[in-house]
This record gives sequence, structure tokens and C-alpha cells, in this order.
Amino acid sequence: MMLHALLLKGNFQDSVTLMVLSRDLSGLSTVNRVSVMMGTPANKDVYRETGMWHDALAEATPNDLCIVVDSDTTDPAIAETIAGEIKTRLAELAVGKRKAGYSTARSWRRARQLLPDANMVLISVAGQYAPALARQALEDGCHAMIFSDNVPVEDERALKTLAGERGLLVMGPDCGTAIIDRVPLAFANRIPAGPIAVVGASGTGIQELTSQIAWLGGGITHALGLGGRDLSETIGGASAAPALALVAADPRSRVVAFVSKQPAAAVKDKVMAILQGLGKPVVALFLGDRPTRRVVGNVHLARSLDEAASIAVDLAAIDVQASQLPDVSGTAICGLYTGGTLASEASFLLGEVLDLTDQATHTEGRMFDAAGHRIIDLGDDIYTRGRPHPMIDPFARGEMIRDLAADTSIGVLLLDVVLGFGSHSDPAGEVVKAVQDLRATRGEAAPVVVIATVTGTNEDPQDRASQTAMLEAAGIEIAGSVRAAVLLAARAVKGQTAQAAGGVTPAGLLAQAPAVINIGLTGFAQDLKAAGAKVVHLEWTPVAEGADKFRQLAASLQ
Amino acid sequence: MTYATLNDANQAVIAELRKARPRLVDVKPAGSCIPFLAEGMSLLHAGPPIAWEDMTGPMKGAVLGACLFEGWAGTAKEAETLASGGKIRFAPCHDNSAVGPMGGITSAHMPVLVVKNAEHGNVAYCNLNEGIGKVMRFGAFEGEVQTRLAWMRDVLGPVMSEALSHLEDGLDLTAMMAQAVTMGDEFHQRNIAASALLLRALAAEIVGCGGDDAKRREVLAFLGRTDQFFLNIAMAYCKCVMDAGAKVGEGSIVTAMTRNGKDFGIRVSGLGDRWFTAPVNTPVGLFFTGYSQDDANPDIGDSAITETLGIGGAAMIAAPGVTRFLGAGGFNDALEISEEMREIYIETNSSFQIPTWDFQGACLGLDIRRVVETGITPVINTGIAHRKPGIGQVGAGTVRPPLACFEQALEALAAARSRSA
Repeated sequence: MMLHALLLKGNFQDSVTLMVLSRDLSGLSTVNRVSVMMGTPANKDVYRETGMWHDALAEATPNDLCIVVDSDTTDPAIAETIAGEIKTRLAELAVGKRKAGYSTARSWRRARQLLPDANMVLISVAGQYAPALARQALEDGCHAMIFSDNVPVEDERALKTLAGERGLLVMGPDCGTAIIDRVPLAFANRIPAGPIAVVGASGTGIQELTSQIAWLGGGITHALGLGGRDLSETIGGASAAPALALVAADPRSRVVAFVSKQPAAAVKDKVMAILQGLGKPVVALFLGDRPTRRVVGNVHLARSLDEAASIAVDLAAIDVQASQLPDVSGTAICGLYTGGTLASEASFLLGEVLDLTDQATHTEGRMFDAAGHRIIDLGDDIYTRGRPHPMIDPFARGEMIRDLAADTSIGVLLLDVVLGFGSHSDPAGEVVKAVQDLRATRGEAAPVVVIATVTGTNEDPQDRASQTAMLEAAGIEIAGSVRAAVLLAARAVKGQTAQAAGGVTPAGLLAQAPAVINIGLTGFAQDLKAAGAKVVHLEWTPVAEGADKFRQLAASLQ
Repeated sequence: MTYATLNDANQAVIAELRKARPRLVDVKPAGSCIPFLAEGMSLLHAGPPIAWEDMTGPMKGAVLGACLFEGWAGTAKEAETLASGGKIRFAPCHDNSAVGPMGGITSAHMPVLVVKNAEHGNVAYCNLNEGIGKVMRFGAFEGEVQTRLAWMRDVLGPVMSEALSHLEDGLDLTAMMAQAVTMGDEFHQRNIAASALLLRALAAEIVGCGGDDAKRREVLAFLGRTDQFFLNIAMAYCKCVMDAGAKVGEGSIVTAMTRNGKDFGIRVSGLGDRWFTAPVNTPVGLFFTGYSQDDANPDIGDSAITETLGIGGAAMIAAPGVTRFLGAGGFNDALEISEEMREIYIETNSSFQIPTWDFQGACLGLDIRRVVETGITPVINTGIAHRKPGIGQVGAGTVRPPLACFEQALEALAAARSRSA
């Protein structure tokens, strides 16, 4: 083994490009290994630690490209050969970049000139350089997404404080993912449009959650990343608050999904308080948490990413359904179930969703009784004594439905329609007749929302599809599950009044697709271009040693 | 200070640059219009001030050529003795309202173009382009060089002067160049369109001149085959415009960039006639068969006055035809260069709209602050002289000024502003 080294002075390249080059060139038959890095102090340490140190590296600056070749040959020309290969490959990359069709700038000023409506900077340079670039963007009125990691926590705090003062959002550092109005920033998936806004302090968490949402047939408005450290004690959710304020104010975002790893306790309380004040249905996942209460006001607590996605999709569907419901004057929910377990599930979930303790005596089939809400199991012995089971003979439930005409405190009626062998031949028809009578008696002054679940299949003798259609034709809401029915019922009686979240709302970010200045990895600019976004790539290199004095002088002369 | 901020001052400079309206009004012997040349053995040279000892091959060769041309010496050896003996007075073209390509050597009996700014009244001069091959500006000095210089003095100069005198007020160069830029000229490496437009404008007037037919035919033939004839006119034009801008006396706009083969020098609008110099780089490019990079003389000539205004290398995209020759790989490289230049020039010049650049105007207003902030130096298109005197042009390419000129000027500007604040 023999080490040869060569410096390409003043030739800055991003680290990802160099890692790819190192890997590819190490595969050449003439070498054992090739390591190509910029000559930063940290990289020089890496050379020492990996046994690739060569004395020629001593004079390398962060602007010099260092090439170290481990080869069996003693001929130092091998380094020249590899350097030539590197130049060729970098030139090919440069050609590829030009074909990408986005404009390139070398200074922030020029980037703004090329993209006057830029409102977002995407930074993926080495962490030590990211804060200054982010600060420049914030001072110029742009939101910042900092993909870079290894940014000192003090810098993160300072940047987020500055952003707060300017009414801007900082996503990151170490923020891997964001999607704004279908525009992917850094790592992101193509997710269909829909009403769910995702906010998270976890990159792959957001990717998995949004992918699950897509798989379940849902879609998103935006996905905002916060950076892995945002919910730490030190940062205190400095980006979480404005990000949530943004989605709260965004009319297209009807449901909010929040995901993070286990936050600091105080920060979690703060985030929960914000979530509860959003005035929108929320599903929150604090990974690693084992919530005992699953519903806190408008906030549903999930325990896994797929569960969070499923709840979010349900909440979105319910939101659509709820928005079409009439306003009811009665604020109580009444459930009349022919199935005992369905009644039982409805009771349990209603207590959870409304945060009520069941006061029912459990006599006369009362499964739930609290604050005027009640769930009754019509299969209870008291109703079947001397009569067939209500699944066979719907007469008794029909009468109870009609009797609700007098009780105008009831605004929502929950029902089950159980199909299958043994059941009544047309249970939906019977429900429809009773509901029509109830509505006729009540009149327009006291409307009632009726929500039904249907148990059974399209192959059942009654045919689920036609039974469902009959219910819908009669203005009865169909819920996909008892849980969905309960959530819809709760929405119908409570409504969801929007409340402004605290803090400065970053203006305008979510109103349209972002116009992005990309600094760092060119691949991100290519992705942005491919997604149809406005993008300018800022080709950035660190300031050469000694040049900083003059640069500052230039900046100070105005 | 008249202007509250540098930005205001720069805008004032830009306004003057935009207002300037240089016209080609005459061709006259240099000694009749440049006082410095009227006395003794005096020569103008390109670049910031330089002594004989420090001159590189091409300039030295041209000095010998000028001594022979003026009759100060009968042989090259005698001429060298004169120069090394300190008998010749040297001064930069730039200090005498003049510019000259490559060596820039101009003597009293050489004809110069007289370009007058109709708006501001200032005048700029430049000698006449000799064409290609063995030419004095690249350091060749004997034989055909002398024959041509004599012909230019005796025939070309007087004929052009007479032809121009037929016109009301000379030629509006802005209009001519605006047209040429749409025809693929960037006015440093490529002037073929403008040269043809000039001939078109003057042909009838030349035919209408007195004297014998053969001479008129020679003039028309020379103008017809000299692709770069307009370069010297463009240089005088740029000098005329930049001098008008320099009169503002404030700001951070570069008003001259030039090289003497040893040093690169710049002047800045807020720093008067002070030169800020640093050692020149050597151009890189393509070479004529038989020559290589090793033969290249370090950067030389006043022609970087074109890049000072914002044409030449800064307008590379206007001249796709020559980008390969200049070492730029192709259209995209040319585009990249012009886009890069937009980082350091603060405005665009609506007089010179470039079709291949989506009709963006050429760059205008080179700001030393931008150069220092970005580390981007202007790209200069240039011919490449052989390093030895007497051989001439061996290639063409591009070169960049040393950043140090701009850094020094910036420090001086900061000092000047803190003094007057």
C-alpha cells in the first residue's frame, strides 16, 4: 500500500458529490481506495483517523479539493491520473447541471434578481456555513429550510429568534422533509392533494406519515418540517408554534397531523396547548408516548405512524361530511342500537371523544348516559321480552325514533343497520320510514342529524349497497365505522370554531407554491424544477482565507 | 460629497454612461491632437505606467517599430539604444484621452480615430487597426509592418478623414454598435459585423474622395478584409463613455481596466486618476498551429476598456461565433459567462440589447464592491501575443484581472469616504 496525494486549489465541491466520486473512483482497478474531500480541519482529521493522511494535505484549505489515492503502485503519477478523472467527472456534472434548465447565481443578490418573488431558501451546505446563509435569507424576508445538520444549537436558537421577529419560518436545521403546495423541498414524496396539513419534527416520520395517508386514499395540503431539535428544552418549539399558526390560518388545511419523537415534557405541554387551540381536528403522535387518554378535545393521540395516518384520513373524511350537515339546535346525541356490541363501542368512544364519564345505571339497555347524551342497546332483555329481537323486528326502534320528536334536546341520532341472514329483510327501509316521520313532526325548526353505520356485505340478502343508497337518499349520513359515526356526531353538536393560535403568523408562505433559492445540493434544485416550482440555484463556495476582511469591507461600503 | 450613498453615486455614474453619445468624427495624426506626442521623442503605451526595462516583448517590439516609423532610428539596434538610454518619453494612453490595443504604442505621425461625445463634449483617441499577421501592436516591427504603417499614415488616415468630413457630424457609433451586437459582435474578439457596417456607411464617401482611384480602392479593400478594424473604434468609443462617467468623481464603478504586460491597472469613479495595480495573469486560449501556451505573453493592452463598459467578455453571449475560439466550450458556456458577469455589473445597457440573451441589455457598471464580495473578476476576451518581440499574435483566449486590484481600490475608497465623512 502506498499513499499519493494531490490538491486542486480553489476548487470547492459539495460533500455529497465528493462522496459519490470517492466511491466510484475506489472501484477502479488501479487503486485500492480513493478519498476525495475538501480540506477542512474536520476532514483532515478524518484522513488521519482513516489512515489516509498524507503530508501534502497539511497546506490544504477548506477551498482546496484534496485527493488521496491508496494504490499498490509507487508511481506518484497515479494521483495525476485520478485528478484528471475527477476533473472529467466534475465537468460532466456541470454539463448535466446546465441541461437542468434552472438559473444559477453566485451571490444572494443575483439570486434575488433572477427570482424576485423568492420566499424560501433551501440550504444544504455543510453545517458550519448554514447559519450565515440562513441569516442572510431571513434578513431579506425569506423563509428558510435548513437541510444541513451539525449546526450549533446556539445558532439554531438565534435564527429562530430572528425568524420570529420577522414573522418568518425556519424549518430545521436537520430538517429533511417539507412539501409546500405540492412542491417538494429536499427529501419528499409525491403525495396527492388533500385537506391534511402535516407538521413534524421528524423527517422520515413525515415521509412515512404522508405516504400512509396517500395509501389510505387521503391527501395533504402541506408538510412542514421543524428540525429534529425543535422540540428540545433549548429550542422550545420555536418553529412548531409558527408552523402550527400557519396551518391554522390556512383555509385549505382542514385537519392537522403532528408528528415528533418524544419531546421535552414542558415543550410537549406547550405544543399540546397550541394543538388544542387550533380550532381544527388534530391527530398528534409523540413517538414513544403511551397516551392513556386518546382524545383530548380536538386532539387525537396516536401511537404509531400508520395509526396517525388512518386517524388523519378519517378526520378529513368526517370534516367533509360535517361541513355539509345542517346546524342543529339540540346539542344532545342519542344512539339507538339494535346491536349490543355496537352500542357498547359507541358508548365507550362517545365518552372518550366528549371527555365525559358515563353516569348510566345500565338498566333498560342504557349503555351510556352523560350530559344529556345517551346510548341505548335495544337488544337488552327489557326490549326483547315477549318480542322478537330488534334486528328481526324493527318496530320498537321505529317507535322510539318517532318519540324523539318531542325531545328537541336531541340534535343527533346514531343508528345501526345490521344486515345478513336472520335479520329483517329491509332494515334500512324501516329506519327511513321512522326518520321521515320524526323529521315531519319536528319540522324545519328542529332539525335532526341522523348517522347510521351499516353492518353487512354486498352479498347479503339485503345487499349493503342498496340499503346504504336508500339511507343516503333519505338524508341519513353513512359512517364507515362506529368510531367515525361518533366523531361525526360530536362534530355535529359541537361544531369546530376556529381560534387564532398565539404568536406571529408567518405571512403568505402557504398561500401558493414557494419560489425557492437553493443553496447546496444541486439535486434539490433539479427536483424543484421537475416539480414545476420556481427555483434558482445559488452556487455557493466558502470565502477564501483572507478574503473575508475585504468582503466585509465591501458589504460595509454603502 | 455630492451623493449621500455609494449607490446614489453609482447611479449618477450609470446615468452619465447612458447619456454619452460618442461619434466618430475624424482621423488625424496623433501628434496634431495629443499634446504629449507633439514634443520630442514621445510614445504612448498601453496599461498603467511602465518603464522600458519592465516592458514585455510585444511592447518593446512596438517601441522599436515606432522609432523606425518616426525616423528616430535607422535600425532596430539604434532604436533599442535610444529606448534603453532613456531618450524616449513614455506615458500611458489612458492619461492622454487615448487607448491602444496590445502594446498600445502610438507616436505623433500615426493616424488616430477621433471619437467625440456629442453629449458631454469629451474626445477619445485610438490608433487604427493594422489587421492580422505581423503587426506592430503585437510587437512585430520590421518590413511589412513599416510599409503598412506608412500606408496608413499616407493613405488610409487622410482618406478616412476626408470621407468622414463629408458627413454632417460623423458617425453615430452607438447606433452602429447596437446594430452590430444583434449581428453577433461583442466588440473585443469579434467586430466583423461592425467593421462591415462601417464600410457600408463610408463606402460612398470614400469613393467620393479626391486623389487617385488606386488609393481609394486600397482603402476599400483594406476596410473590407480587416475583420477587427472596428475594435479600435469600439475601444475609443468605450474610453469616451467611461471618461464621461469618471467625471462624476464618486462611486465604486470601474472606469478603466488595462494591462501593460507586467501589471493590470484599474481606475475607479470615486478615486480619480489613481491606478490600482497588481501583476497581470497570462491569457489562456487557443493557439495558432506551431504555438502553445508556453509562447503566450502575459496579459497586455488597453482593449479591456471594452469590458470596462460591459461588452467584450461580459457580452460573450452576444458572439456565439467566437466562443469556442475563446476557450469557452460552446453556447452554454458563453451564457454561463455572461450570467456570471451579471453578478458584478450593477445595471444593463439598453443601447446594446443582445438577442441571444433574450434581449437583455449588455452589462453596465462594473462595481468593485461586487467583485470583492463575490470573488468574481471580469472575463476579458483577448488576443495573445508571442512573448518575444517581432513575432506577433499567436492565439486568442480569455484572461481575468487579479483580484488584488479591486481589493486595493476598495480599501482606498473606504479610506477616502471615511476622510470625507
